[in-house]
Amino acid sequence: MDFNDTPEEAAFRQRAQTFLAAHVQPRAGQTESLQKRLSDKEYMLAAKAYQKAKAENGFAGITWPKEQGGQGLAPIFSVIFGQEEGKFDAPAGPFTIGLGMCVPTVIAFATDAQKERHVGPALRGEEIWCQLFSEPSAGSDVAGLKTKAVRDGDDWVINGQKVWTSGAHYSDWGIVLVRTNADKAKHKGLSMFFIDMKSPGIEVRPIHQMSGGSNFNEVYFTDVRVSNSQMLGGEGNGWSVALVTLMNERLAVGGSPGPDYKEIFEWAKTMPGQDGGTLAEDQTFRQKVADWFVRAEGYKLAKFRTMTALSKGQTPGPESSIGKIITANQLQDITHNAMEAMDHFGIITDTAYAPSEGVFQQSHMWAAGLRIAGGTDEILKNIIAERILGLPGDVRVDKDVAFKDLPSGR
Amino acid sequence: MNFDFSDDQKYLKEQARKFLSEQSSMAVVRAVLNDEQKSHDAGLWKAIAEMGWLGAAIPEEFGGLGLGELELCVLAEEMGRSLAPVPWASTVYFFAEAIKIAGTDAQKSAILPKLAEGGVIGCVAASEGPGEPRAANLKTIFDGTSVTGMKVPVTDGDCATHALVLAKHQDGTSLVIVDLTGAGVESKAIKTFDPTRSHATLTFTKAPAQLLGEAGDGEALLQRIYDRAAVLLSFEQIGGSQACLDMATDYAKGRYAFSRQIGSFQAIKHKLADMYVALEIARSNAFYGAWALSSDAPELPLAAAAARIAACDAYYLASKENIQTHGGMGFTWEVDCHLYYRRSKLLAVQAGAPSLWKEKLVRRLEMRNAA
Repeated sequence: MDFNDTPEEAAFRQRAQTFLAAHVQPRAGQTESLQKRLSDKEYMLAAKAYQKAKAENGFAGITWPKEQGGQGLAPIFSVIFGQEEGKFDAPAGPFTIGLGMCVPTVIAFATDAQKERHVGPALRGEEIWCQLFSEPSAGSDVAGLKTKAVRDGDDWVINGQKVWTSGAHYSDWGIVLVRTNADKAKHKGLSMFFIDMKSPGIEVRPIHQMSGGSNFNEVYFTDVRVSNSQMLGGEGNGWSVALVTLMNERLAVGGSPGPDYKEIFEWAKTMPGQDGGTLAEDQTFRQKVADWFVRAEGYKLAKFRTMTALSKGQTPGPESSIGKIITANQLQDITHNAMEAMDHFGIITDTAYAPSEGVFQQSHMWAAGLRIAGGTDEILKNIIAERILGLPGDVRVDKDVAFKDLPSGR
Repeated sequence: MNFDFSDDQKYLKEQARKFLSEQSSMAVVRAVLNDEQKSHDAGLWKAIAEMGWLGAAIPEEFGGLGLGELELCVLAEEMGRSLAPVPWASTVYFFAEAIKIAGTDAQKSAILPKLAEGGVIGCVAASEGPGEPRAANLKTIFDGTSVTGMKVPVTDGDCATHALVLAKHQDGTSLVIVDLTGAGVESKAIKTFDPTRSHATLTFTKAPAQLLGEAGDGEALLQRIYDRAAVLLSFEQIGGSQACLDMATDYAKGRYAFSRQIGSFQAIKHKLADMYVALEIARSNAFYGAWALSSDAPELPLAAAAARIAACDAYYLASKENIQTHGGMGFTWEVDCHLYYRRSKLLAVQAGAPSLWKEKLVRRLEMRNAA
């Protein structure tokens, strides 16, 4: 038992560190980050330049086959690069979904000519991809989507609405899951297309989140034409293609999404506690710090176990589903406790007065969304129960019924 | 990154599971549960000794197999899974480890070879009342050659041949070894929440005792022993938690209500998923504890505290929700759920309850941050 890289892994890590040190800055505080300092346009230019540098230096498409321009390496190397990249303020965000999920789907299902056209530009950061699956009435149950495509000659015509699409406003291409046959059962009438996001009839509108910000979009399709040649995986096979996309979801390798036990415990030394001492001396609070420590360490160490399995050549399984359940709930719990510990001051978000510039309040808002995004707590628990523990699926009322005959509420 | 047990260690675990499923079946566990006179299963104890497990982590020069602490961890997990009704933890995690880290060569030679053969059963006699045993609340006294006082409860105190006794000595406390077969010792079995492991009161009247480690260093040494034992106990707890999760999962697949498998209801699925998550957190922390224990790392005190807290949480959750998943059947004597519920509580309060360990963890965290 040890925590050391193999010689090959160590050499790769060293190479990654050298590359990163030459191209990006070490991670700074929240307010000084690249994204905060630059305008959206400048940030995007920086992101594209960074992705180009990754491609030129052999750090793009780390696990992709060499014939597709990738590095042909095992998943462990992707994790190692992610670990090192996480230490830097690297503008990698705009490419995460495209390179992590969309383009691998294109690689799996597109023609050679299409791959030739699209994979390289994506890898070099020249084109950004987004994923258009969720809809207002199809979230956890994404196969219940209603956006439809109707055949018209060599084209299909798409009408409907997608939602929670990260990066739709700056994406060049997208993969979109649509219903091509409502007479078939829910999962059987779907097809996948890749589509030019600049196509006439596509309208992108930002979502105004409860946090006040706008990190996601709604995407409206009005008579959008797409060529039949851009269908991936064949008509009616959209659901199996979508599963391939979702299976490509990368292991989360970054740090925690906000303040963790370290931050709140440091901060508690400056806060008044109940009996005249500091919050950090308060017995009830200390018991909670121990719980947070155990969960944060447990999650970190569970990832080490996953890395060990990857390092031995195994593929990542559904076990990584536990990650977000732990981190999102921990974030909500820690920030909740911090705000309560501030007493009446906990309500202040005005950075002039709020302790720690309001980071706990801000993260408390964000935590509520994190428990939903990319698989709700409940769906992740279903995955654990069904795919790890082998429990039976829920009784289905939508299995052998034509989609058009299914009841749909709000 | 190689944060896992080796293939050899996994093989040992597999062999141990096979062996225990035969030698420590539920019939064996229940025989101890149902018989108040029976402190443990002597046949199983003998079989474990013959397998060499008692001396697994004892150096060969003292009659052991000379394997490491990691091998002990994998055995611990299987012992926990099988609910083995033997004084294994008391003897191996506490007593043998104490002699190994603090005993003189003479003490090691006198005790460890016999222990490895199964002829010595150890126990820890520290507690005299509710709360953490400290100089301020102890009455038992060591006068340099003998101890006088009463200890309660002592896990395995009625079958043990030797005890580690925490006693007041000079200005503080010392840890001493008492041969329980000698003079001045009275042991009396007491009833507990977990009758599959025996407990007793031990009364010492000028019982001959010899010092273990430095005089006056009792509490600190006991803590070092507890840190090591906490890691090994955490593996027992993981084994027990996994057994509960397996049992609940099987039941949820086979039991029908409202004309469907109850495991198809999300209320059950989410319950079992929560058990799985808690177990993964516990397992990961325990692995780290195992690494720290086996490599004598300075991280051991913090890692041990984390392993213990996570394992206590996981086993409590798994054992109570296993009963809940079984519904009314789970509350019967005949179904095994309560055996794990009992054992989970014993393992949680033995060697310091989780709330005490949480405070220890935070203090150790502060020390690490200050360093």
